[in-house]
Amino acid sequence: MFHDLFFSKSKSKVPKPCPIALSTRVRLARNLSEFPFPGRAESGQKKAVLSKCMSALGKVKPLLSSTSVELDELSELDRQILVEKHLISLELSQSEESGGVVLSNDRACSVMVNEEDHLRIQVLANGLDFSKVWKLADSLDSGIESSLDYAFDSQLGFLTACPTNLGTGMRASVMMHLPGLVMSKNMDKVINAVNHLGIAVRGLFGEGSDASGSIFQISNQQTLGESESAILERLEMTLENIVHQERLAREKLSEDDGLRLTDKISRAVGSLKTSYLIQSSEAMDHLSLIRLAADFGYLPEKFRALADRMFIEVQPGHVQLSAGKPIEPGERDRLRAETLRKEFLRMPQLNLNAQVD
Amino acid sequence: MKCHHCDSQATVHLTQIINGQMHKMDLCEACAQEKGVTNPDNLSIGNLLDENPSKVDASTASMTCESCGTTHQDFKKGGRLGCEACYHVFRPVLEPLLDGMHAGVKHFGKVPSRSVKKKSDDDSEELLNKELKKAVEEENYEKAAKLRDRLKKLQAKSSASA
Ligand SMILES: [Zn+2]
Ligand SMILES: [Zn+2]
Repeated sequence: MFHDLFFSKSKSKVPKPCPIALSTRVRLARNLSEFPFPGRAESGQKKAVLSKCMSALGKVKPLLSSTSVELDELSELDRQILVEKHLISLELSQSEESGGVVLSNDRACSVMVNEEDHLRIQVLANGLDFSKVWKLADSLDSGIESSLDYAFDSQLGFLTACPTNLGTGMRASVMMHLPGLVMSKNMDKVINAVNHLGIAVRGLFGEGSDASGSIFQISNQQTLGESESAILERLEMTLENIVHQERLAREKLSEDDGLRLTDKISRAVGSLKTSYLIQSSEAMDHLSLIRLAADFGYLPEKFRALADRMFIEVQPGHVQLSAGKPIEPGERDRLRAETLRKEFLRMPQLNLNAQVD
Repeated sequence: MKCHHCDSQATVHLTQIINGQMHKMDLCEACAQEKGVTNPDNLSIGNLLDENPSKVDASTASMTCESCGTTHQDFKKGGRLGCEACYHVFRPVLEPLLDGMHAGVKHFGKVPSRSVKKKSDDDSEELLNKELKKAVEEENYEKAAKLRDRLKKLQAKSSASA
């Protein structure tokens, strides 16, 4: 059943701007040859790594127009914002000294310095597009490597602080919106099935099989023993199957229990328009349904983009930022509701006769 | 699903294969955080090996990396190595872990152009054959099939270029 589907190669190609896949990311872990990894490095060594990396990064083509920041210069809130925008990791945001990040101005590339490894090279793109993302990450990596000596071993590949990243040092992931699988209670099955293939699934906003917003990050667990392209191929095949399962789940939901689905979506619309206090997890669940409604054609396309933007805007740091001053969680919930009311005020009636694509 | 460590709802699901044995772990958010596994980028094996019964023998217990000071105990606790040299020092304890953790124990991906010598294809073919033999002996047919595919591809490539 579920299992077979994940093992068989699906022939149907997923259309490339696929609304189920929000974004694709490839991250490469790299270390400089003559320095201990950041976890073991002394203050002076970390500083030396930071300045060496920063000057090398500035010369690489995709980063010619970019912004470089040292974490020491950032406030608590600035760091939180960068984490919520997925531009830096939580680990880097907690760095106590000599952490840095270089962000290309189009936000497609970000390179973290002195995270768990000396360098974490990241490339992001909308939708599902491994070939584009890998190509850019590969060239960015080669550009950086032309002026820095990496820690590399012909047997073990790129040497990383954690052996789970050895070899290619590559973690490829896709953010997926899977409300159909969540509502039909099939997410656990999917997680189990893909785990057997060395692929990890986790809720983006901190929770597992019923993650708020039904957004999941799906990534390869293994990095050694296969080439980058073999890893990406396997991951992509799995993702195509997940997309297929999600489509089936949505079809089934609308056929078997269409009224309940309509009711849910309609209530989400109502809540977004009328709430005066709302927590981020509740907001995300409503936004997820707005996104689903746009996928079904019940709402115009632009509401998918709005939901995607609001997924980030309702995060605590972003609400705090919009307040312009430190505020209590209760005040945050009020402000979040106010923003959502404003954004969704002019939402049209659901067009329930739309064709499901 | 209940958390492996407490009774809360498990929301983080991990599967790792260590020494040929599958270790499944379902954790709640709090326990996952405590074990440092909330970010799939930073999965740490050391943290997850608490209940791994394999005892440390005296010869490996005293291992220390001269170059960065990481001890075997550090590695077991945090799952991280400290520097390049650690990979030589801890090779004996690392190798059996790698076999289960990854798709193979030999790097097949990108090679940095500045790295001294590019590995030759013959070398990988020989290694693949060795791994294949081992997989068959261990009756790991899934792995054997994968290795056979890779060998075929490699041979096709070398005969095409010959
Ligand atoms: Zn727990
Ligand atoms: Zn060391």
